[in-house]
Amino acid sequence: MDLNYSVEEQAFRAEVREFLAQKLPKEMSDAIRVGRELGKEGHDQWHAILNEQGWLAPNWPKEFGGCEWNAVQRHIFEEECCRANAPRIVPFGLSMLAPVLQKFGSKQQQDHYLPRILSGEDWWCQGYSEPGAGSDLASLKTRAVREGDHYVVNGQKTWTTLGQYANWIFCLVRTDPEAKQQSGISFLLIDMDTPGIEVRPIILLDGTHEVNEVWFTDVKVPVENLVGEENKGWTYAKYLLTHERTNIAGVGFSQAGLEAVKRMARSQMHRGRPLIENSHFAARVARAEIDLMAMSTTNLRIISRAASGQAPGVESSMLKVKGTEIRQEINDLARRAAGAYAMPFVSEALEGGNEPDMGPEGAAAAAPQYFNYRKLSIFGGSNEIQKNIIAKVKLGGGA
Amino acid sequence: MNFELTEERQMLQDSLRRFLRDNQDALRASTRLGNADNTLGFDAEIWGKLAELGVIGALFSEEDGGFAGEGFDLTTVFEELGRAGAVEPLLDTAILGGGLIAALGSDAQKALVEQVIGGELHLALAHGEPNSRYDLTQVETTATVEGDSILLSGRKAVAVNAEAADFLIISARESGAAGDEDGISLFLVPRDSAGVTLRGYGLLAGGRAAEVDLETLRLTQADRLGAAGAAYPALKRAITRAEVALAAETLGAMEAATELTREYLLTRQQFGRPIGSFQALQHRMATLLIELEQARSAVINAAGHLDASPTEQALHISAARNLIGRAGRLVAEESIQLHGGIAMTEEYELAHIAKRIVMADHRFGDTDTQLERFLDQSAA
Repeated sequence: MDLNYSVEEQAFRAEVREFLAQKLPKEMSDAIRVGRELGKEGHDQWHAILNEQGWLAPNWPKEFGGCEWNAVQRHIFEEECCRANAPRIVPFGLSMLAPVLQKFGSKQQQDHYLPRILSGEDWWCQGYSEPGAGSDLASLKTRAVREGDHYVVNGQKTWTTLGQYANWIFCLVRTDPEAKQQSGISFLLIDMDTPGIEVRPIILLDGTHEVNEVWFTDVKVPVENLVGEENKGWTYAKYLLTHERTNIAGVGFSQAGLEAVKRMARSQMHRGRPLIENSHFAARVARAEIDLMAMSTTNLRIISRAASGQAPGVESSMLKVKGTEIRQEINDLARRAAGAYAMPFVSEALEGGNEPDMGPEGAAAAAPQYFNYRKLSIFGGSNEIQKNIIAKVKLGGGA
Repeated sequence: MNFELTEERQMLQDSLRRFLRDNQDALRASTRLGNADNTLGFDAEIWGKLAELGVIGALFSEEDGGFAGEGFDLTTVFEELGRAGAVEPLLDTAILGGGLIAALGSDAQKALVEQVIGGELHLALAHGEPNSRYDLTQVETTATVEGDSILLSGRKAVAVNAEAADFLIISARESGAAGDEDGISLFLVPRDSAGVTLRGYGLLAGGRAAEVDLETLRLTQADRLGAAGAAYPALKRAITRAEVALAAETLGAMEAATELTREYLLTRQQFGRPIGSFQALQHRMATLLIELEQARSAVINAAGHLDASPTEQALHISAARNLIGRAGRLVAEESIQLHGGIAMTEEYELAHIAKRIVMADHRFGDTDTQLERFLDQSAA
């Protein structure tokens, strides 16, 4: 047992910290710190800064232009980015589609799409869930019928995050309606400009537009946009989901969130004293912090095992459940800390307008974020599905 | 012991429930986020009909011009408002505003209560301040007597219904220091007075509020409600009544959330069967139903002790709001989780109901503050 990072790892952390101090624009970290939305332009800007540094693709092999960092390095990078209030990198192209293309895509697909992901030329979104296929993803119904040199796609996807910015979508489609559910699914790359595609916004309960419905009516997709083999899409989708779960614990986000809660509680007064001195509130913060300290080590234990080549099994489900519970608890604390100032809904304050926050810093975003982050335990395989996986492995039935 | 509603209250409940159900679409339209056309924050037509139905009058005693006004009248009305997700400001205009004028007002001022009951007048209490959090005595806004005038200056925070209000009831300190009960006065001020600046905004859970800046607001002795520096007991009383109402409103919203969730579990199909057939989800639904009954009892305790001794009353009201704070959060979060993504959308009614439940904890003292008040009383 040694709880210390190695000399090399510490040097790496210092290098990352120095880069963030130099290159992360202050207006960007200020916005992230108080929970403001970045918009497409902001995301593109940060994407370009990381690309210039060569740090945009921590998990990609070097042959494709990635960093090929090990799991501990990636953890350090993510932790430092959160600590500095850097924007989150939109994961759909970089950490979800890219690993699939690198493993299952054709040489032609790799040469064409991967550089465009790095350059920011393509913004990818994910076409997985459907109105009738949520937790039960394999029941998806969007149909792709082969007609000569193209597929004709009909159906509807939903919860498509930031689909309004995307020019490409990777989709799971049903190519064999006769086969057993998982066996008849294929993985298609679709240009969003193709006739027959319509993107409709879904407004979430905090007033944000981050997800969409995507409708397909007789959309013609060239057969060369099929990834791997027809009817093998479920295998690729499962591979993608394991990558979706790499930073699933969100330790860095929780640490940054807890700091924000403490900042707010120092500035909010309760019965004439700073709220942070109130024993009831302080106890809530302490409980979250204790959970997070243990979580952070659980995360590192699993990461080190992954760094030594062992694939994480049920541990990633455990990290997802506990990690999201802690993040949601911290969002709850932020909302509490804001007091009556959690009540206003001032959308300009959240969208980067000039209106100053009312109440303490971060108060305007506290309650909207509390509600928005209920999604954490719903998406990426709901926490109930994760518990099913854990139970299945530990109580029988195999995985 | 008798836990049945009286015949009058049963009739009130039935007619209000029917009315709110019949007007569901209009009620919902005014609760949506970013509804920029609606600067009132609620539906004026529905407000008028609520007055016609006698709903506002039910919140006042006969002595004050109403016909009921007891704890269980408040809970009967507010439970229905909560169930329907209504954002009409009965709490602000009637319980707080009307209640304070009825308690402290001169005969001339009291004439306004009749207009409130008739649905012709709106009121708002501007009491909380940026540094007061949930403490009623942290009043830093000052009222200074200058000859025949009284000058008010300070800043009031999150004054709900302020923009729609014809009159604001503004608290200010005439003597003592922030944290003292003595020295707090209330003033009845036309909202459009010179020296009053409102910065309005929508609320996440529906309705509207404003920051109220008071800069050399010049008033006279006749604008004061009650005696100088002696408003605290009435203020406390009005807010206590508002807390009982809010607890009942949250209970109603919890009932609605639980019912929507139950229906969804029975209809939503995944893995070839209704998701309500999975035992893991059945148990969680059962927990919500258990907590809902606990919440109902807590509201009954609070309403039944509204006129008890100060200690008994404070114990039961802080107990109810603490329990509802905990159970409400559970019901809101679990209802969303059991639904999945659909409950995250602004279009689906549960989203609004869940916000009503959770954000109620941010008025007059959250779960922790209520626990603190409970401990203060049980130690006393």
